[in-house]
Amino acid sequence: MSQTVQLSTTPAPVSLMPPQTSTWKRARRSLFKAKWPLLALLILSVVVFMALFAGQISPKDPNRQSLIERLQEPMKVDAKTGKVEFILGTDGLGRDLWSRIIYGAQVSLAVGVMAVVVGGLLGTSLGIIAGYMGGRVDDTIMRLADIQLAFPFILLAIMVLVVLGPGVWNLIPVLGIGQWVTYARIARGQTIAQREKEYVEAARSMGAGNIRIMLQAILPNVLAPLIVIASFNVASAILSEASLSFLGLGVPPTVPTWGGILNESRDQILAGKWWPAFFPGLAIMLTVLAINILGDWLRDFLDPRLRGRS
Amino acid sequence: MSRYIVRRLLQSIIVILGVTLLSFLTLHLAGDPTYLYVSERASTQEIEETRIKLGFDKPLPVQYVNFLGGLVRGDLGNSIRSRKPAVDLVLERLPATLELTIFAMIISTLIAIPIGIISATKRGTSVDGSIMLVAMLGQSIPGFWLGIMLILSVGLQLKWLPISGHVGVIDVALKGSVGEALANIPEAIRYLILPGITVGLFSLARNARLVRSSMLEVLSQDYVVTARSKGLGERVVIIKHAFRNALIPVVTMLGLEFGFLLGGVVVTETVFSWPGVGRLVTNAITQRDIPVVQAAVVMFSVMFILLNLCVDLLYAQLDPRIRLG
Repeated sequence: MSQTVQLSTTPAPVSLMPPQTSTWKRARRSLFKAKWPLLALLILSVVVFMALFAGQISPKDPNRQSLIERLQEPMKVDAKTGKVEFILGTDGLGRDLWSRIIYGAQVSLAVGVMAVVVGGLLGTSLGIIAGYMGGRVDDTIMRLADIQLAFPFILLAIMVLVVLGPGVWNLIPVLGIGQWVTYARIARGQTIAQREKEYVEAARSMGAGNIRIMLQAILPNVLAPLIVIASFNVASAILSEASLSFLGLGVPPTVPTWGGILNESRDQILAGKWWPAFFPGLAIMLTVLAINILGDWLRDFLDPRLRGRS
Repeated sequence: MSRYIVRRLLQSIIVILGVTLLSFLTLHLAGDPTYLYVSERASTQEIEETRIKLGFDKPLPVQYVNFLGGLVRGDLGNSIRSRKPAVDLVLERLPATLELTIFAMIISTLIAIPIGIISATKRGTSVDGSIMLVAMLGQSIPGFWLGIMLILSVGLQLKWLPISGHVGVIDVALKGSVGEALANIPEAIRYLILPGITVGLFSLARNARLVRSSMLEVLSQDYVVTARSKGLGERVVIIKHAFRNALIPVVTMLGLEFGFLLGGVVVTETVFSWPGVGRLVTNAITQRDIPVVQAAVVMFSVMFILLNLCVDLLYAQLDPRIRLG
């Protein structure tokens, strides 16, 4: 008997212990093990770099028009200088497509991220409040969510933007409000699961108020799935922004955006001029794909049920 | 069961009230909506007359009740441009939009189901990997861009399929000539393929992933293990035991799917000059023809809510574990 006790108290050999590594280290290791997320991270870094240093890296002024240089083909060698003047060609007004796409990254990323911040803050707080308070507050918030879900989102956005007029500062709240329900539902479910846990009880018995409990005890414990949702929602907000800009409802035409460039390219399509439509769409697709792949990876990484399995 | 139907109906009515209130209030977001209805050069007197004519001088609750009254009578005001009733304009265009949405829904579910099943049964293989990568790509392509690229390649370059135009089926059938409508179907499909793919690809990709994960979950259940250990063939296990149960989350998604597809249709119709509600709405947007936009939004939402009601009832039929009441 005493032998067994002794055995169980002997420390296990070091090699059998799970490695004590930080989350960041684990994240880095898992990222480098998988090929696609790493590639996605690379693409996304390029896009972020483009957005941050648009002024420094864009070869031309994105709004400079030149009628004699309109609809130049990509990679066309200029007869006079012997150099390629426009890597991706020019649009119907003779503007450099590459420069416009570089600047377009700014609006796409900013709108995507800001919309998620707005939607995430709104949805998470409402969800935690609904889950924590329960009763009538819960009913009201969830009924609001039902109403929102019953409304095809793009129609709501169209409706609001037609009345308010296009612009980044109208677009961000509209896209954010379009997303709050997803966060709210998940935050609510998680909060209900956490509400009766001992640590919440402990906080309460130590005299913490409701707001303090929600912010300091519950929020950190419901955050993981919300971060995953947020990453996917950045992708969908970028797609929505592009759609709305394509409909002429996004950002005023003086600001180059990927959806806006696509919208302007519509006249050239029937004439077989493919490049003004092809490149901005490719930019949207690669960015969204990169974010989606990273979101997938993040979900697998943060989901403890999947962690450790190969 | 009937108690459940009544409760869901009541819920739907509350949601419809909420949706109409929301679209009603949107109109007042930017201040006095009268200015949306008059030209920029209108005199003060003209503005005042329009305000009284449209009822914008009354208190908001009264206006909302009037709006609801109009909705019940099918009257949501006249189009500013064509002076015709906005509801009529939307109804006229509805068949073409429904054809496109239904077609997109058919391809997105019918193709997604076998793809998802194959992917799940071959989990972890390169087949599964490539299918899921393509599905991820499908979820990242902006629909309208896909449409433009299809027009450029399949339409203009290869000249395989028409890039615009529409052959009516539903509206022809509604006018009483069912035989003609049926005869139109093959030709109609030729026109539907490109816009249909454009609208449906995102959902196809999402559904394939959904079917896959739901199959994977079902395949690890005890009853599937039992079925296998009874010596049933793999095909029978997958189709009769696993698939039926894997279908449940897919069916739940179908209702939401319809609303999502309707949203995609709005943009796609502009790309393909499809004579549906979407193009009506986008034209109304550029002309700031608010009553038409509002009529379309309200009608789409009501359709969507009723459809989801039907899906919930169907859902209960499929899964006897769900007790209604």
